[in-house]
Amino acid sequence: MAEAYIYDAVRTPRGRGKSDGSLHEVTALHLATTVLQAVRDRNNLDTALVDDVVLGCVAPVKEQGSDIARLAVLNADYAESVAGVQINRFCASGLEATNMAAAQVMAGQSDFAIGGGVESMSRVPMGSDGGSWSTDPAMAFKSYFAPQGIGADMIATKWGFSRSDVDGFAVESQKRAAQAWKEGRFKKSIVPVKDQIGLTLLDHDEHMRPETTMQSLASLNASFAKLGDEAGFDTVVNMRYPEVERIDHVHHAGNSSGIVDGAAAILIGTKEAGEKAGLKPRARIRAFTSIGSEPSIMLTGPEKVTRKVLARAGMKPGDIDLYELNEAFASVVMLYMKLLEIPHDKLNVNGGAIAMGHPLGATGAMILGTLLDELERRDLSTGLATLCVGAGMGTATIIERI
Amino acid sequence: MTNIRVEKDVDGIVTLTWDMPGRSMNVLSEDSIAEYSKAALEAIADPSVKGVVVTSGKPAFIAGADLAMLEKQTSTASAPGVPELERAKAVYDNLMEFNVALRKIEKGGKPFVAAVNGLALGGGLEVALACHTRIVADDPKIQLGLVEAKVGLMPGAGGTQRMSRLMGAAGALPLMLEGRTLDPAAALKGGLVHKVVPALDLVAEAKALIKSGQAKAVQPWDEKGFRVPGGDPYTPGGNPAFSMGNAMLHAKTLGNYPAPKAIMSAVYEGLLVPIDAGLRIEARYMTKVMMHPASRNMIRSLFINMQKANKLERRPKDVPPAKLAKVGILGAGMMGAGIAYVTAMASLDVVLIDRSVEDAEKGKGYSKGLLAKQVERKRMKPEAADAILARIKTTTDYAELKTADLVIEAVFEDRGIKAEVTKRCAEVLPPHAIFASNTSTLPITGLAEAWRDPATFVGVHFFSPVDKMQLVEIIRGQKTNAATLAVAMDYVKRIRKTPVVVNDGRGFYASRVFATYTREGMRMLAQGINPALIENAGKMTGMPMPPLALSDEVALDLIYKIAAQTAKDVGPAYQRTPVDGLIEKMVKDLGRLGKKNGKGFYEYPAGGKKHLWPGLAELTPRAKEQPTVEELKTRFLFIQALETARCLEENVLTAPEDGDVAAILGWGFAPWTGGPLSLIDTVGVAEFVRECDRLAQAYGPRFAPNALLRKMAQSGETFYRSGTSKAA
Repeated sequence: MAEAYIYDAVRTPRGRGKSDGSLHEVTALHLATTVLQAVRDRNNLDTALVDDVVLGCVAPVKEQGSDIARLAVLNADYAESVAGVQINRFCASGLEATNMAAAQVMAGQSDFAIGGGVESMSRVPMGSDGGSWSTDPAMAFKSYFAPQGIGADMIATKWGFSRSDVDGFAVESQKRAAQAWKEGRFKKSIVPVKDQIGLTLLDHDEHMRPETTMQSLASLNASFAKLGDEAGFDTVVNMRYPEVERIDHVHHAGNSSGIVDGAAAILIGTKEAGEKAGLKPRARIRAFTSIGSEPSIMLTGPEKVTRKVLARAGMKPGDIDLYELNEAFASVVMLYMKLLEIPHDKLNVNGGAIAMGHPLGATGAMILGTLLDELERRDLSTGLATLCVGAGMGTATIIERI
Repeated sequence: MTNIRVEKDVDGIVTLTWDMPGRSMNVLSEDSIAEYSKAALEAIADPSVKGVVVTSGKPAFIAGADLAMLEKQTSTASAPGVPELERAKAVYDNLMEFNVALRKIEKGGKPFVAAVNGLALGGGLEVALACHTRIVADDPKIQLGLVEAKVGLMPGAGGTQRMSRLMGAAGALPLMLEGRTLDPAAALKGGLVHKVVPALDLVAEAKALIKSGQAKAVQPWDEKGFRVPGGDPYTPGGNPAFSMGNAMLHAKTLGNYPAPKAIMSAVYEGLLVPIDAGLRIEARYMTKVMMHPASRNMIRSLFINMQKANKLERRPKDVPPAKLAKVGILGAGMMGAGIAYVTAMASLDVVLIDRSVEDAEKGKGYSKGLLAKQVERKRMKPEAADAILARIKTTTDYAELKTADLVIEAVFEDRGIKAEVTKRCAEVLPPHAIFASNTSTLPITGLAEAWRDPATFVGVHFFSPVDKMQLVEIIRGQKTNAATLAVAMDYVKRIRKTPVVVNDGRGFYASRVFATYTREGMRMLAQGINPALIENAGKMTGMPMPPLALSDEVALDLIYKIAAQTAKDVGPAYQRTPVDGLIEKMVKDLGRLGKKNGKGFYEYPAGGKKHLWPGLAELTPRAKEQPTVEELKTRFLFIQALETARCLEENVLTAPEDGDVAAILGWGFAPWTGGPLSLIDTVGVAEFVRECDRLAQAYGPRFAPNALLRKMAQSGETFYRSGTSKAA
């Protein structure tokens, strides 16, 4: 089997996912195009060497529909021969796209492939693609469907994370992100988004609130208390976790991932392809996998997929130097650290989505890039990136610097 | 035709009048359906006919499905020895036959106007929905609704498809899921009917609509460009009815009830396709529902057997109807006050006696409050409320009872006090009068000794709150005669409650079995099981309240007292259980008496939601190994079912129907099961016995199956035949 190497990783900054966000006035196509062009231009890459572009996108409708990967390939003026495919594994789409690109390379069926993702949440709101999950009674009952926030609150209740625990985690995420930006730790991978005449629209993650304190968070009301009670979602999840008397709602906008716009891309290829293109590999993709977990609580997949991918790689949690777990909700990350006994100083060392936001389709590729940058900065070897995934899944990737 | 009158007027308008002989109400029966279909299609085929008016010759329009037809359909669905797929196809084909006929009416090209003169429920409303125009008499008492879900069924003649296409999913689903009805004004507002007209003009108006050409001959969903009001499930307007509605339904039914979920699915899937496909989808779901044991059990207990109980099927036949005019009630406490209210509401005169007029007046005040609320909500005119209140005479004087036909005693649960009031009544009551005790714990046969003739002494056990609880348990003492039993049953029917007759015994039937539920919950607690798990398991069985919360409501000191009394009565044979110790500790050592003093298994913070008392963790240290929720659910349901089977074996119950109906109405025993004995049948007697043996091994001899069950398991007998009627 061929090895898959990472040659480059880029991302746009994340714009606030609202109509006043800096990226709201550019298209999702433009975001995807931006990162593809950056991969080409930074590496002097002859795009005819690329076999396929795999992009994650979670709401692939309207302007994000019609296989945005192939459309972005064309719009970025890649060679006509480069194929493109859009995939959806909910929040892990960007990582899954990278894994699929890697799989093509490892299987010997592609020399270069690009994995990545795009989501303009301000322009194509979450849920725009519909789906039977919550709507078809058969599926809603079968999966004990409830919005993710209810599952996150159940995690907090069941495993005993209090409101101040999760708020404390959020404050720390903001602090870490602010410091990382201050020190320029993301500089290597950030590609500013420019407007039609070439002026910069955004060059930094604008969702961050470094001034966040426990006091400022304390004023926020729990987001899912009313919905959970009035629409019955609390009871539905409680049926799967009857050992809990009642869900304690602790999550709110300040300790959950932010809604943002953004795109990311990672160039993956064989050793020979890199040599031919004159590129130096930055890391090797050591293992990756996905897993299904209980769908009602929905967000407990990361621990399970981590154990699975570590076992496949013949490793233990302690063998990993740095972890990146998407900060969908504070409790998700806290549970992960608790179950795998991972100290916080090895995980999300530069903050996460609570501070910087979670552009659904792109995040997986973004955090993989962040992980690689930080391994290089600290001169460490092995990193693991993972995300919790809708409908109860987890996806994880282990990389190793060379 | 015997059920439908067909008349054609000079204008070529045919009136189809539903008027079934020998019945007070029209129903959908095999015959009436066939005749209606035939008459309608003949009118369509006759070139001289301009349009058709559909109405009823009875006060009501059409009440719904016929009992006999339902029984036949459920028998088809569960016919023994017939492969499942064949049974399903038979049910489906049967449903589609009427659906096809209704579609022919809709697409026949002639206007059909339903002139709805009275209540139209279930299939009755479905007949009207398949007419192009619906006009309704302006009587606010008229109820229109698809009420099938209430008895574990769903609409099966296009109701889910037509109602949702008329009102939108958001409007139609809550009505169908809860079996709610609308009065004519609300139906007009919701888009279910086209016009509300004075009752006397109803048919003339219907004809005028046809004559003037205003009555359409096409349904909205057969017109080009039809859109579901509010949008289909994948539009912002149409989605919340499902994405929110599914969760609300799931939370409410806890996954125990197949019919409402099937209604949701039929509407969801049906709104995504043309109506003809939607009707097939509905019929498929209806077939699934009919094949499901929960539906069959619910139809049997909540519809068929409850109706039989309401019609006093078990009343001694040769006793003439009781002539009741005046009822005496002794004791104006919570139960007496409630009994006075329901009795006065049934236009009976009430003499409410207590030790002081003030006490009696306080009891009457309960009625005053309830009546005032109804006046306030415009459900009753002030004069009517006053008239009802005037029926209740409060006094301390037993002489007021000298013209009473029936006396119900609801004084303290103390043999001495009861004996005393009974004797005082014996002195003044007329010879024909009977005496009833509302005791919930004391055996009737013993109490009867204080009465002048034990043959005319009977138990009538009401449940609290009296005005809301549908069941009255009638207890036959050893000497109670048939005539007395008949009077008690007539009285219960008169106050519009459901009587179930049981024989005397400790706790009779309802309290005895009910207590096994709460006791099992406390057993679990004593065993070190996580109280949250206990409570959630209780809820998930479909019981109205979890066991520890319920114990708090009942009051722990009362449970303690009853146990102490039982121990005293039983003597050395009384077997102390860990529950005795637990309750004693709660009541005696900790002063936690339940909800009434704000401290029980729960804490009741002022202004906040109650929550389990954290101190339980120390009271009963948590066991390391916790059971699954399924295991706890099994324990809750099986202990009650087993106790019910014991009641049947001991002749406290004389028929399985009684046990099932009384369990659901009396203490809300998981209605989806159809009752504790239906549950045993559904599980399978042999399997039930096996499981009880396992439970007995694990948790103690209270789970040991009785001889009746073992015998039935061996012989393959069941409590009910495969259909709906009782085994011989």
